[in-house]
Amino acid sequence: MTAIEIPAPAPVVTPQERAHKVFAFTSRWRWEEIAFWVVAALSILIFPTHLVLIAQVLITGLFALSFDLLVGYAGIPSLGHAAFFGIGAYTAGLLARAGWTEPISGLLIAALVAGIAGFALSVVVSRLTGIGLIMITLGVGLLLYEAAHSARGITGGDDGLSGINIAPIFGHFQFDFYGKTAVVYTYVVVFLLYLLARRIVNSPFGLEMKGIRENVRRVPAIGIPLRKRYMVVFTVSAAFAGVAGALLGQITQTVALSALSFDRSAAALIMVMIGGMGTLIGALVGAAAYMVAQDRLSDLNPVYWNFWVGLLLVLFVLFARGGLIGGVDRLIVWIRSKRKKS
Amino acid sequence: MNVNGDALTTAGLCKNFGALSVVIDVNFVLPHGCRHALIGPNGSGKTTLINLIGGALTPTAGKMYLEGEDITHLTADQRVSRGLARTFQINTLFPRLTPIEAVTMVVAQRRGIGASLWRSLKRSSDTIDEAYEILTQLHLADDCDRPTAQLAYGRQRLLEIALALAARPKVLLLDEPAAGVPQQQSGEILSVISDLPDDIAVLFIEHDIDLVFRFAERITVLVAGRILCEGTPAEIAADPEVRRIYLGDEVHV
Repeated sequence: MTAIEIPAPAPVVTPQERAHKVFAFTSRWRWEEIAFWVVAALSILIFPTHLVLIAQVLITGLFALSFDLLVGYAGIPSLGHAAFFGIGAYTAGLLARAGWTEPISGLLIAALVAGIAGFALSVVVSRLTGIGLIMITLGVGLLLYEAAHSARGITGGDDGLSGINIAPIFGHFQFDFYGKTAVVYTYVVVFLLYLLARRIVNSPFGLEMKGIRENVRRVPAIGIPLRKRYMVVFTVSAAFAGVAGALLGQITQTVALSALSFDRSAAALIMVMIGGMGTLIGALVGAAAYMVAQDRLSDLNPVYWNFWVGLLLVLFVLFARGGLIGGVDRLIVWIRSKRKKS
Repeated sequence: MNVNGDALTTAGLCKNFGALSVVIDVNFVLPHGCRHALIGPNGSGKTTLINLIGGALTPTAGKMYLEGEDITHLTADQRVSRGLARTFQINTLFPRLTPIEAVTMVVAQRRGIGASLWRSLKRSSDTIDEAYEILTQLHLADDCDRPTAQLAYGRQRLLEIALALAARPKVLLLDEPAAGVPQQQSGEILSVISDLPDDIAVLFIEHDIDLVFRFAERITVLVAGRILCEGTPAEIAADPEVRRIYLGDEVHV
């Protein structure tokens, strides 16, 4: 008997399977994500003299990520996000000065305090949109900065808080002079929070955040209580920012007034724009690109740094709205289509 | 007034914008399962009435009841969760979300898991399947994974209805569901509406008089914010006042 070769039928993807794939695709691990975390881990090993910079990149990345949850996912603009970073930083600093030196509970308490502040702000702004939101968040940020500036007795004013002593992590790992413990501690905390943020954006709540971003007018008409959702978004985003601030306070053992500065709020916006809004990993990539470029360029000529930032920002907004991550995605699609043709 | 027997009732509903009265003393009854058309010349207050019932606007006076429950002071989202959903005359969709995402969002919210930050959406298969069912019902299954902004206009009109249906309403308000759609396709949209389950009461605004007479069981004519008359299509067609004001004398039905 001769075997008749029956060609295998091409696999047919039903529309229902495609429907499910939409959700699998949006929550997939992009290779940019894997690459970022691998490169970050490797750079700790390869650049032992730059551990402080690496830790600061991760912390700033976490702060930008908290901002991405707010603006990139829920579409809520803010120019005062540093308020929550600063609240977290001062909470951790003051706790340690008061004798509460255990680092992990310090982070949790900072997250709680910043989260409560975020909730309080959301109650005030939940009826506002657009320019109104931008103005209120800007105003609150400036108010808090000046309040911390003048409350020298608590915050140290211009001099900042110093002499923050943090106990060893788990009672074991002492913070060392070279920053080895600090960078590993930072890496682990930021990575765990990254996983948490991923979980949130791929949940039903995460989908509602995107709904709010895409069309805030429709949201109440499909049964979603908008004000309650605003409150949760602000609270969560502020808590993330608070942890970032607390981490910086703990590993540098100081809190400077700049933790609350407008520059920090604006930088978060720039980083998210450069990296790619509404992608999470874009915030971290954007923070890395921004800070490494700042480190290199200000070595060459510190005066011109803002010139380059401005130029970069204009170019990204005009020609690359998806940021670096969007650009890489387009590149991948292009390479795949080339391969298919050949 | 007995407000318990019907899906939706309004009593003395009024809306003023400053000195301008847009809706004046509207007493309206929508029985269960009814296909009811709201017609009237431009500016007669049809969309304002829909906005009042849906909760987007607050009435100046009057009350509204959904299956006997006073909903006058409920917010729009509270009304949706009680079974009153609406669509918009101008597409009010989620441009960068796919239809399956948009409808899944509504289904998840209705099932009470909308506020969950921890649950995995990907693994919420029942919710996605239910959303897919609704898209199938509206002939959108094939387009379920394309961004909404890329869909043809007529498809987007169908998605408008899908979003409202996903809330499993008892009362569905449709503000010109076929607005801007070429005539050949507007029949498809209206036939989708007439195929809806009988337990949904539908109140729809439509300008195409032929479609209104084909699909409506009852018609209310609104003129300058007041109800001019209400009745079956045959009664409305025979009403000399309606013919004079709205239909024009040449219309033959």
